[in-house]
Parts: sequence; C-alpha cells; structure tokens
Amino acid sequence: MDKKITIYINSKEYKVSPNQTIMQAADHLGFHIPRLCYHPKLSIEGACRVCIVEVEGMRNFVASCAYPVSDGMKIHTNTQELRRARRDIVELLVDNHPMDCHTCERDGNCELQRLASSMGIRARHFVGQRKQYGRDLSGQAVIRDPDKCILCGRCVRMCSEIQQVHNLTQAHRGFDTVVMPAYNMPMAESVCTACGQCINVCPTAAFLEKNYTQELFEKLNDPNLIKVAQFAPSVRAAIGEAFGLEAGHNMEGQLVAALRKLGFNYVFDTQFSADLTIMEEATEFLERIQNKGKLPMITSCSSAWMKCMEQFYPDLIENISTCKSPMSMQSALAKTFFAQKIGVDPKKIFSVAAMCCTAKKYEAARPELDVEGMRATDIVVTTREIAWMIKSAGIDFLNIEPETQDHPIGMSSGAGVIFGTTGGVMEASIRTAYELYTGQTLVDIEVESIRGLKGIKEGKVVMDGQEIRVAVAHGLGNACKLLDVVRKDPGRYHFVEIMGCPGGCVGGGGQPYAGVNSIPLDEDALMKRAEALYSIDRAKTIRRSYDNPDIQKLYKEYLQRPGSPIAHKLLHTHYKQKFPQGIIPKEALK
Amino acid sequence: MVEMAQEKMDELRTFIAACMQKEYSDSYLIAVLHKAQELFGYLPVEVMDEVAQRMNIPTAHLWGVATFYHYFNLKPIGKYVISVCLGTACYVKGATEVLEAIKRELGVEIGQTTADNLFTLHEARCLGACGIAPVIMINDKIYGELDAKKVVALINQYRKTAQVA
Repeated sequence: MDKKITIYINSKEYKVSPNQTIMQAADHLGFHIPRLCYHPKLSIEGACRVCIVEVEGMRNFVASCAYPVSDGMKIHTNTQELRRARRDIVELLVDNHPMDCHTCERDGNCELQRLASSMGIRARHFVGQRKQYGRDLSGQAVIRDPDKCILCGRCVRMCSEIQQVHNLTQAHRGFDTVVMPAYNMPMAESVCTACGQCINVCPTAAFLEKNYTQELFEKLNDPNLIKVAQFAPSVRAAIGEAFGLEAGHNMEGQLVAALRKLGFNYVFDTQFSADLTIMEEATEFLERIQNKGKLPMITSCSSAWMKCMEQFYPDLIENISTCKSPMSMQSALAKTFFAQKIGVDPKKIFSVAAMCCTAKKYEAARPELDVEGMRATDIVVTTREIAWMIKSAGIDFLNIEPETQDHPIGMSSGAGVIFGTTGGVMEASIRTAYELYTGQTLVDIEVESIRGLKGIKEGKVVMDGQEIRVAVAHGLGNACKLLDVVRKDPGRYHFVEIMGCPGGCVGGGGQPYAGVNSIPLDEDALMKRAEALYSIDRAKTIRRSYDNPDIQKLYKEYLQRPGSPIAHKLLHTHYKQKFPQGIIPKEALK
Repeated sequence: MVEMAQEKMDELRTFIAACMQKEYSDSYLIAVLHKAQELFGYLPVEVMDEVAQRMNIPTAHLWGVATFYHYFNLKPIGKYVISVCLGTACYVKGATEVLEAIKRELGVEIGQTTADNLFTLHEARCLGACGIAPVIMINDKIYGELDAKKVVALINQYRKTAQVA
C-alpha cells in the first residue's frame, strides 16, 4: 500500500493515496470537477481546460485531469475566480458553435449543453468568427459534422487508442483545426470501420449515425409492404436507458410490443438467427478441425471487425468463418423461407433490423449479402433511433404490456441471447460444438474464463480428449493485439472470437447516449447490460441452440442440415481485401 | 519525367530505410517529410501513403503533422517561391505595396501558384534583414530596398532566366 498523503480541498483536510491526479482524488472525495476532454479510458489530453482548479502557490490554474496530487497541496475547486474562468472557457467554446440546439439530434443529450447550463451561462458575451465546414454525409453509417466539433479530441483518441483504427486526426492548427480522416477524404473512402465509437464518446453532435427514422416511418405506413422486424440481443439490454432507466433492465417484451405498435406486421428476433449462426458456425468449426482446415477459425458476426479485417488483416481472410452475421441470416430467411411460408412475393417483405450497432448499416449495404437479387436488410436503425421512434410515436414504452416474438423465426435459446456480450458467441458455440462433437451434453455450460471485461481472454475446453484452445477479444484495439499473436503463432488457438466494440455489442456504437450522471462506455453500465443478457440466458429452459425447436423445424422443413448447399447459399458469404485511401497493396511497396 | 519521379522515390525509400534502422524510428517522421519535400517540392498524396506504410505510422497521424506545419506544402509549388516579409520594419517601409504589386503582376493570392508553375507567393514574418526593408525572399535569395516598380522588374528578370533555362 502507498503511504497516504495529506491534501486540502476547499480548506478541508483529506488523506489520499499519492500517484493520482487532482481530479481522481477529488472524484473519490465527492467533488465533481467539471470536465470535457477527459475520459477515464483514454489518454490525458488536457486540451479543453474546463477542469481547471486553483492550487495555492501555483501561478496559473492547473488542469486537474493531468496534474498529480502532492503532500500538503492546497486545492480550491469552486472559488469565484475559478468559476468565472471556467465559465469563460465554456463560453468561448459555445461561441464557436452553431446555436441550433433545438434542431440538433443531440438536443437533451449533449455534454456541451449540460456543461453550459452547469456553468450558469445565460448570455453570450463573445461574438466572433465561427467555423463553417459543412457535413460529410458520404458514409453508410457514420456522418461527420465538424461545425459541431469543439476539438476535445475524444473521438481521435477513441479511434486510435481503443480501436486502433487511426482514421481520425486533428488536422491544421489553431482556429483552423478540424477533426478529419487523412487528406480530408470522405468517411466513405477512409479506413473508418463504422464502429460508431466516435459517436459514443463525442460530447456534441460532431459524429452521428446516418439516420433512417423518417424513411422507416414512411415504409411503416405503406400498406402494400409486409414489415418484418428483428432486434439484436443488446438492444433489449440497453434501450431502457434511453427512457431514463438504470442500465441492465431487460426490455425484450416491451420492445416487441412497441415494434408492433409502430406498425410492424411481424416481430422476430436476431437471437433466433444467432442460434442459427451457432449451428452453422459450430458445424464449420468441427469440419475445420476434422478436415485439417484453416485454423484458428475467427468469428465474423461483428461488421466493424469485418471491415477492419478486410483492410488491415487480409492475410486472415481464410481464417474468417464464412457465416453471415445473425442479422443478415435473419433477413435472408425473412425473404425466402418466411415469404414462402406465408405465401407472399419476397419483394413485398420489408426487412428492418434494430441494432446496437452503427456498422450494421454498412453491412446491410454490402452487395455480397444480397439474397436472390434483393437487398436482405432494407433498413438498419440503432437502439437510439428506435428509442426515438417509439417516443416520437407516443408509445408509453415503460408501461406497455410485454409481448412475445412471432414464430417461426423469432424464438431463441439462451445461447442466442448471450451473443450480445464479449465472450458470448464463443460460449454459445462451445455449448453446441461440444454436443455435435462428442454426442454428449455439456453439463457445466457457463464458461467463466471468457466472460467479463478483460481485453483479451483465453479458455480451454476438452472435447473427447482433444484440447480446444479459444481466445476472445473485444474492441478493435484488443483484437489487433490478439491477431498479432495469431499471425506469429497460428497454432496457438483453435477458435477466436472478435467483437469490434468495447464490451461487445452491449457497448455498440448505436447504444443510448450516456445520461446526466454517467460517462460514455462506463464499465459498470457495460457489465450491467451484459448481466441482463446472462440473466435472460439463466432464466431460459432451453440454453443450447440445437435444442431450439424452431431451429430444428427450420432445418427439417427448409435448410436440411447445417452446412447444406442451401444453408451455404443463404447463410454464408466470403470477404475480400479492401483498399481504402491510404492503404497500398503490399506488392506495390516492394 | 516518370523515371525522374521513380529515382526520387527510390532516394526517399533509402532515406526511410536508414531512419527505420534507428532507435525511436517514429520520431524521424518530420525528417522524412522534409526529405520528401526536398525531393518533390511538396508532399504528394502517393508519397505520404508510402511514407505512412513504410514507417508504419497511420496516414491520419501523418496528415496531422503535415497540415500542422506551414513549412510543408500540400500542393505543387512554383519553381520560384516568393516570400514577402510583413514584419514590422518592412510593413512600415511599404511591404504592403510590394505585396500588392506582386499579386497584381502574378495574378495570384497568398498561398497560390501561378498557372505556369513559375511562382508561388507566401507571406513571411521578419526575415532578419530589417536594415534593407522592405525585403522579399525568392527561394533562398534576399532582395531589399524594394518598391512596387523594382519588384516587378525583379520578377521579369526571373521570368527571363526561366526562359533561357
């Protein structure tokens, strides 16, 4: 244990541990110093100066996020002079910001708004030049609006430190500084993986998902279409937060009911096709093991990870499972199996996915996922968008009578549920692979070693005397670390799960914005969302994908068996190396 | 022409390879960009791509550095770079008239290059030759005690030299 030191905050004496910043010490003691560019998961930038405090004996105010405590330090957090200085700092930020709050998507969810309010800014004293760059709407999923940017740099650090995609930089300098991809290229041509984490950490609306809510309302009012919905596991675990609930409430029944009230004719569940993904993926994995195929096999559910792989790890394409993501499998079935079943022209089926993810918008537009010449998923909306639609349609989400999903592609096992959290796909696959391989049922089906928020997790299962070594990474930065190991030592693992977002899909780029007293991607909140999924799993009597009666029926009536030619046609795909701007083919370098 | 570019590229590659042998090779980024600009006159996108990949530095990071420093040109520059000193002494001695005369004569604004790729116009803060103010610098040569008339004559001299060459 470190020896405690004495500090004084606002003239009161406290004993605290050394080796921490003023802000950290103050947080523990119940003083919340205002802040903007600071995020506990990112490096210290000290750019915004909002968190300044007075330290006796120092000539200037110091940034408390960056300044360490020392013995005998006398700190003031709330003097009049400080309050004025902080208010001026925020006023200057606001001055160079469009004053269009009431038409802004982040209205009511904006950190700058909250900050301005808590500083007591009630008038604008500074009027000067304002930046005007216009929006970059080129991306399928993530749009950039530099006019709203206050240059806190959180997106840049998120993109490079946590995700290691390094798409963003602060280009130019001084007043002309703009956050942009290299060469100011459009997002669509950049290495952006569409993970949407820049949106999650942005305090304002400088990054947003491409919004499809108006288009969707229009389609929902079209009587000639059969509107079919699916929603990802993590949406039910997080959407409550958009309605003011604490993290960790399971809103599955309410969400099904709300989707019906919005006008969907059928409400299915991405968890059904998560079960289906397991059947296909576990079969593919066993085939690779038995026929000495390419190992380790790497999961392919995460759309941001797929784009990341295609541009940064093309040498691993053969390792990637050929399974489509659950969303794309679900949509493929909606337009084939389900259309046949209800006897309608598949062109009349309008397939919508509510996802915790922004990259799914990008995935849905991939031509290789088309089914019989039709786009499989017509519209993807994020948790945030669907929450807004529910509010906008006047549906009393919290008090609505819960309903259940429709057959025949809406019921799921517990394995399909945990797909939404890091380690979940692996755990679900193990449950089924074990049975398929050994013919016996895995008794202890909860695989603890691959649960939790550690960046890279390893585990082992023994199947019929053969040791299967697995690894799990969440967040693209951790994925890169793990894959560098795989590149060097391909024999180390048999099966690798990658999820592009911190915490897995529960921390997806489309999840509700952090509320008033929370921070984006707070680990506690992520854990609570994950726990909501684990508790749904525990409450289910059917916890293995192959026990799902609707899955069994689907194979019997339509797909024959996992890995069959028709399953391959509808449920599998292949990926190709991509060369966004800035990525040159290796051969060209020689 | 293509061959010349290839030669320059090879020289840059050799330079990068040498930097990569050193400790903290990342820290040679600015040196490499200097070299690239010395060779190509500016930083073409293809060159930046290659530098990024060879040095294993994200292109976005490189772009941040290249746009931060005024020294780096992101567009092709003219054969002659004219820097007009707008420091206090030159300003008092009529630098603005000199600048206006150059703008008129060349038909460009600050930061632009003439259509014939002969001249690029820059402004500068004190070139350290206040004694002969107002001064301009053309490439690495200083010219002092100028006025609107003299500077036009000077430009014409450069035009002639370029024709002969």
